[in-house]
Amino acid sequence: MRLIAQIGDWFDRRLQIAAPIREIAEHPVPKSTASWWYVFGSAALVVFILQLVTGIMLAFVYVPSASEAWNSLQSLNHDIALGWFIRALHGWGSNFMVAIVLIHMVQVFLFGAYKFPRELTWIVGVFLLLMTLGMAFTGQVLRFDQDAYWGLGIGASIASRVPFLGSAIVKLMLGGPIIAGATLSRFFALHVFVIPGLLIAFVGVHLLMVLKLGINEWPMPGRIVKKATYEKEYHELTHRDGAPFVPYAVWKDLFFAAFILLAVAACAAFFGPFGPTGQPDPTIIQTAPKPDYFFLWLYAVLSFLPPSMETPALLIGPVILIGALLLLPFLSGEGEKSWRRRPIAVLSILLIAVTLATFTHLAGYTPWSPHMNAWSGDLIPARFLQHRTALQRQGALVFQAKQCHNCHALGPDGGQRGPALDSVAVQLTQDQLIRQVIQGGGNMPAYGKNLSPAETTALVAFLQTLHPAGQAPARDSSQAAALAKRGEN
Amino acid sequence: MSTDSTISRRALFMKLGILFNGLVAAALAVPVVRFLLSPIVRGRANGYLSWVSLGSVSQFPEGETRLATFRNPYVTPTDGKTADTACWVRRIEAQQFQIFAINCAHLGCPVRWFPQSGLFMCPCHGGAYYQDGARASGPPERGLFEYPHAIRDGLIMIQAGELPTPGSPTASLLGKKLPCA
Repeated sequence: MRLIAQIGDWFDRRLQIAAPIREIAEHPVPKSTASWWYVFGSAALVVFILQLVTGIMLAFVYVPSASEAWNSLQSLNHDIALGWFIRALHGWGSNFMVAIVLIHMVQVFLFGAYKFPRELTWIVGVFLLLMTLGMAFTGQVLRFDQDAYWGLGIGASIASRVPFLGSAIVKLMLGGPIIAGATLSRFFALHVFVIPGLLIAFVGVHLLMVLKLGINEWPMPGRIVKKATYEKEYHELTHRDGAPFVPYAVWKDLFFAAFILLAVAACAAFFGPFGPTGQPDPTIIQTAPKPDYFFLWLYAVLSFLPPSMETPALLIGPVILIGALLLLPFLSGEGEKSWRRRPIAVLSILLIAVTLATFTHLAGYTPWSPHMNAWSGDLIPARFLQHRTALQRQGALVFQAKQCHNCHALGPDGGQRGPALDSVAVQLTQDQLIRQVIQGGGNMPAYGKNLSPAETTALVAFLQTLHPAGQAPARDSSQAAALAKRGEN
Repeated sequence: MSTDSTISRRALFMKLGILFNGLVAAALAVPVVRFLLSPIVRGRANGYLSWVSLGSVSQFPEGETRLATFRNPYVTPTDGKTADTACWVRRIEAQQFQIFAINCAHLGCPVRWFPQSGLFMCPCHGGAYYQDGARASGPPERGLFEYPHAIRDGLIMIQAGELPTPGSPTASLLGKKLPCA
């Protein structure tokens, strides 16, 4: 024991860091901050360190070449002992990191921690969030599979919409005219050197400010932040009702960090690594690319924007969002911190959470995409075919053969791009059905050129049978009246 | 002894040192920026586009739309499979063709051809196009991208080399110029 102390002394006489470390560890914090609500920042840091370690291990094997990357991932998954587990840790670590960073941000927002004097800590945090998302996207590209390839295509298509510079930005992003070897190399450099380097630097500044300015105190309703008095009040708080960070508050951070690491490991062991899916071969077009979990909401938004809105929304939307986050501490740098007295802040968080959750949920089953195999694979329920004439059944065949089922559900099966047709005969008359099929409209293609008159007649005859048992199909009463009139004459 | 209006020898040297470093940094920045911009500069200088063959005209039956593949004219040694590109070839009649990019005009996903309904459908966000490439429905703002094409010595040739994107639909912008005869 004495020997260890002597060795320690020998090093510290030369390094002289024991005293500053002790000072940092024992700096006083308000007692109220020794709370389970204050553990997310340190948990994000711990998961980031996990990502650094597992990332370096993956780099021992991964080959950042468009022709070899996919094979090297297969090798990691199948040939190298526990390669699959390290990949799974890194993949799940990424999901946990994005989630924890978001939770940390929500907590900081609701506790008013971005207010004076911690404005810059918040701004650096916003950049840390953007870098974390940047790591998530570039990491998905390094898993060089079909999703990565077409995901890059989506990224290029978005970037290309920038006025004047679009084409140049795409070439810079791809490293050439197409998604190929140079693209993967530069995303590797971004994911492994550029963004992690910036992350480490920004995390350092973020932590330094937490230490220098002190952790945000537990917000009390009615305790108003004023620039003139806050620092004095905080100093009194930490000294009158404070306790050293180590060990008073740190044990909760330690427990939560270990719990999160265990959760990542459990997910990794139980669910395994992500992909890779099919080979990144652009000539294999039987694929429905999808982004990773934290970009699914964006994938959904992109399918709902009307065409004319899309370019402005894609280019201006992020500027407004990021601008709002950066300006937040300047717009409300003083005043009430407690969420109990900030109903708009709480409602904003709820609104954003519900919006993101809804879009993410929708992206899980993509109701806007045609079901590519419904026409050949999905059934028409028997009740729609029984007791039908030959013409009506012929129409059902047309319905399948012309891929109507890809976009329209009948019974439980089929696409959801267009409306379900189970009771379409109640909504549209014969003439309206014919016009809709031939001319399209309301987001439906026109089938006039691809249906013979006989096919159209059969299809419409089938569609007219699609109504609930007790309900009559819609009919044009003016037509009936006209026919009756002709009968009288 | 220095006064307020003069500058000491040390301070002068420090300022000169900073200036010297600034000049060297500016000089070094020229090749660094040129290196970083090489994907753009190279495209401007030589162009990425070339004429490539999709094979014999006779492979494509009249009145049908078939998938064809070609190797991108600009490749690097590590491209592997990613330099292979697919496109849809529609032979309207004898010498009349339309060659569509595989990429949806919305966000670049690969569109699939359904001959029965005469539609191209996109799996990502549900864009649909008619057989002549015109927009039918969904989020795309325009029809499918078309490659300029020509028939030479019984081969169907297209001018390709860049990923077509909504902001830079390379092929369409160039129009349908024939290769130099």
